[in-house]
Amino acid sequence: MIRYLLRRLAFLGLTVILVSMLVFAVTQLLPGDPARILLGREAGAAALAEVRRDLGLDQPVPVQYGRWAFAFASGDWGTSYASGQAIRPLVTQRMRASMRLAGLTLLIAVPLALLLGVVAALYVDRWPDTLVSVSALAVVGLPEFVTGLVLIQIFSFQLGWLPANASVAPDATFLQTLPQLILPAVTATLVMLAYVARLTRASVVEEMRRPYVRTARLKGIRPGALLRRHVLRNALLPAITVIAISFGWLISGLIVVENVFNYPGLGRLLTFAIDRRDLPMLQAITLVAVLAFALANLLADLAYAWLDPRIRLA
Amino acid sequence: MSRPSPGGLNVRGLTVAYGHARGAPEVLRDVDLRIRPGETVGLVGESGSGKSTLALAVLRSLPGEGRIVRGTVHVGGDDVGALSADGLRDLWRRRVKLVPQNPLPSMNPSLPVGRQLAESSDPDRPARANRERIDAMLDSVGLPDPPRIRRAYPFELSGGQQQRVLIAMALLTEPELLILDEPTTNLDVTTEAAILELVRERVRNERTAVLYVSHSLAVVAQLCDRVDVLYAGDLVERAPAAAFYDAPLHPYAAGLLAAVPKLERPDGRRAQIRGMEGRIPDPAFRPGGCAFAPRCPLAIDACREERPPLFDAGDGRSVSCIRWDGIASGELRPVPPADASDRRGSHDRPVALVAEGIEKRYPVRRSVLDRLRGRPAPSVRALRGVDLTVRHGRTLGLVGESGSGKSTFARAAIGLDPASSGRFTLGGDRLPPALARRDRATLRRLQMVFQSSEEALNPHRTVGDTLRRPFVHLAGLSRDEADQRVEDLLHAVRLGSDFAQRTPDQLSGGEKQRVAVARAFASEPDAILFDESVSGLDVSVQAAILTLLEDLQEEREVSYLFVGHDLAVVAHLADHVAVLYLGQVMEDGSTDAVLRPPYHPYTEALLAAVPRPDPALRPDRPPLQGDLPDPREAVRGCPFASRCPRVIPETCHDEPPPLRTHEDADLRILCHHPLPDLLAVQRDLATPAPAGETP
Repeated sequence: MIRYLLRRLAFLGLTVILVSMLVFAVTQLLPGDPARILLGREAGAAALAEVRRDLGLDQPVPVQYGRWAFAFASGDWGTSYASGQAIRPLVTQRMRASMRLAGLTLLIAVPLALLLGVVAALYVDRWPDTLVSVSALAVVGLPEFVTGLVLIQIFSFQLGWLPANASVAPDATFLQTLPQLILPAVTATLVMLAYVARLTRASVVEEMRRPYVRTARLKGIRPGALLRRHVLRNALLPAITVIAISFGWLISGLIVVENVFNYPGLGRLLTFAIDRRDLPMLQAITLVAVLAFALANLLADLAYAWLDPRIRLA
Repeated sequence: MSRPSPGGLNVRGLTVAYGHARGAPEVLRDVDLRIRPGETVGLVGESGSGKSTLALAVLRSLPGEGRIVRGTVHVGGDDVGALSADGLRDLWRRRVKLVPQNPLPSMNPSLPVGRQLAESSDPDRPARANRERIDAMLDSVGLPDPPRIRRAYPFELSGGQQQRVLIAMALLTEPELLILDEPTTNLDVTTEAAILELVRERVRNERTAVLYVSHSLAVVAQLCDRVDVLYAGDLVERAPAAAFYDAPLHPYAAGLLAAVPKLERPDGRRAQIRGMEGRIPDPAFRPGGCAFAPRCPLAIDACREERPPLFDAGDGRSVSCIRWDGIASGELRPVPPADASDRRGSHDRPVALVAEGIEKRYPVRRSVLDRLRGRPAPSVRALRGVDLTVRHGRTLGLVGESGSGKSTFARAAIGLDPASSGRFTLGGDRLPPALARRDRATLRRLQMVFQSSEEALNPHRTVGDTLRRPFVHLAGLSRDEADQRVEDLLHAVRLGSDFAQRTPDQLSGGEKQRVAVARAFASEPDAILFDESVSGLDVSVQAAILTLLEDLQEEREVSYLFVGHDLAVVAHLADHVAVLYLGQVMEDGSTDAVLRPPYHPYTEALLAAVPRPDPALRPDRPPLQGDLPDPREAVRGCPFASRCPRVIPETCHDEPPPLRTHEDADLRILCHHPLPDLLAVQRDLATPAPAGETP
């Protein structure tokens, strides 16, 4: 198990390094000269050269990457081209806001998806299964900005229950922001719900067909205990991995959702950075998002290994 | 309808179909089955005969769309079909237990064995189950150190231990009816013998009715009082065991019996076995009349007209065949008498495949700590200097339990898993160790047939495609020429030309294995390696494949290395047998010499473990206990010492045994006992009384 843990950690480190190279390379390829973006269209050649030297843009690319990566690792994420502010405090603050939204989303989405998946599996090919499958497919086909706008239309404009705008103050507590968080979280839930529910259904259906379930049923166990003690224990293991993967969908879903609801999270910051060609900001946001995704997958793998004795004891 | 007598199992007119459509095919038709308390009944038939369906229908636990169309099942006088959900659960909890086939998938992979046993004893409150009772039960089914077993997860136990756990689970509540569904089918012969012994000694008692489901008449002969034979969902014969094995009345039963490879013949010559032609019909396409008629050598027109009733043949026997009285009187022979042939000598033959000093070591993973401490990398020696010779046009049989290294040897020979040292030659030419280093000509000359043709055949390719490839790619033939060769091959393995269009999922297990054999023969090889190629097949199918292999060898002069765990099967085909244990050859010699005393004690145990299709020939010595020792442990003396019933305390554990050669017979034995002593042991065993005839 320790060997497994070490291997996974090494793997995570490697992923982060590779992604950082990729992020750096991509931002290099983007059109637009940072010096010109900073100084504006009318800047003279001398001024441009000076800014380039200040930013290290005249150095060879590997040196630029090395400097950037080292600085990033030691906590200096640079300053925003657009606002001239330090990037790190801004990104971490927005990340906290995004995590709050993501956390609430997972809190709604995961139990709901598992429940729907299990119910569909228990009534396989009967109406509850069809209902779950069809509605899940219908929802997954709609983009987040459509579902988000529909929800706003219904719950904010028609019913007036929840605010349409989620632009919360940065220092508000979770409870204070909760009313504003609900609609965006529900919209983001719909992004991952169908996927997790359908895979849970498949997993439970497959597990129910295994011979050990028959063995257990022939012991005379009540159906509830059979489901709890035997089926779910094994069927929900694959769901862990699925949830971690759909976490990636959630991150990209949040970018849209935050913009629809005007929520001050990382996604909104990202669109802002793209608009302004704010390269250092883009790099920081992308890296943070990738790190979050990689960590989620690491946690999922470890949870899986811990829950499956075949891996834990091997 | 008369009231069924209470006690045991009483099945009347049971008919089962899958699906609710009006014409849904009936997989069981009007089956009657009666087992009294204390009685053991064997239910026998090929795959697809409906025997597992019967077992599950009795439990009212048919999978999917399965349902009972008509008929009743009574257990201990209670109508199982009339029970409420609670009543049924109560029946399952205490009174009726199933020991399933394939023990590992039948246990929850993520719960410790102890939890699963506790659940059997108290399904509502497993945490409060009586642990001492569970330990006592584990101990009584021959599992040493019960607390360790309880803490283990299923995958940490060996196949034999897993099956013992499931038997313990079934016995915890002292059931009235115990159903064992092929409990030994995927186990080694030695493990099978130990489980059968356990069933004989531990499972049978006055109050339990036991239904033993198996495709093997030999296994059933080992423990059943009565035999019921099922064919395509019809009960075709029912008889007391002794009378049945003496002379079965139904041609199907006779065919099944003739398919069992036999070790004993009074004259020591080799008995022929016979596979049955054709295959069991799908219930949807069951012919009118007798379902067996298309495969029956005695079928006449009347057989095809009307479904035969179950005739009372006297002495508690019933048979569903209109010609039964002719068979009973000996006038009609459903199976021609078994010919015997002399075993072929092989010494004058040139050598084909030769192995010299084959070693195979696998590195064992060290922990990080051991690596830091600089401990040397340990290794498992899977093969310890194996020397073997396959002669041209002859068969060498390589026999041993799982873990003996026999498959490792075959894989090293073909180059899939190259040997660590030693060399293989084929017809005098040295073979490069790794498959990737062998040129086309070498690849062509040596072929292999695997155990599971399921996995060896590409499911998306038709049989024709699979067989055509070697002709097109290795031999460079045109498409038309290749098609002609494919047809010849299919014909050679007794499959029709139409099989070229089929995909593997349209084939039965035996047909798949025939295709695998055809593929091996396609390149006209000098030698073929068979790795457990008939294990896991029904006995009737196995016999047909063995006969096919014999015929093909006769026609084409190909040399075989035949690897298996069942000495009866291996000895049937082989001219020469080598017995492998923990990567060392313990005994090797001509098949005659190996089957006759003196025996290596391991060979003796393997021979004793083979189930004989004769209730009078039940084992006369206790089966080999335990599993192979951990191969990582260093062996100083004889590798078999830890399990040997004839162990000499210090010598065998500490000193490597000498290789002893018999002067007149072609035989070598690796043992501390001198050959005359090993011979004398068998004489002493034989003198008191012929086995099985004690009054």
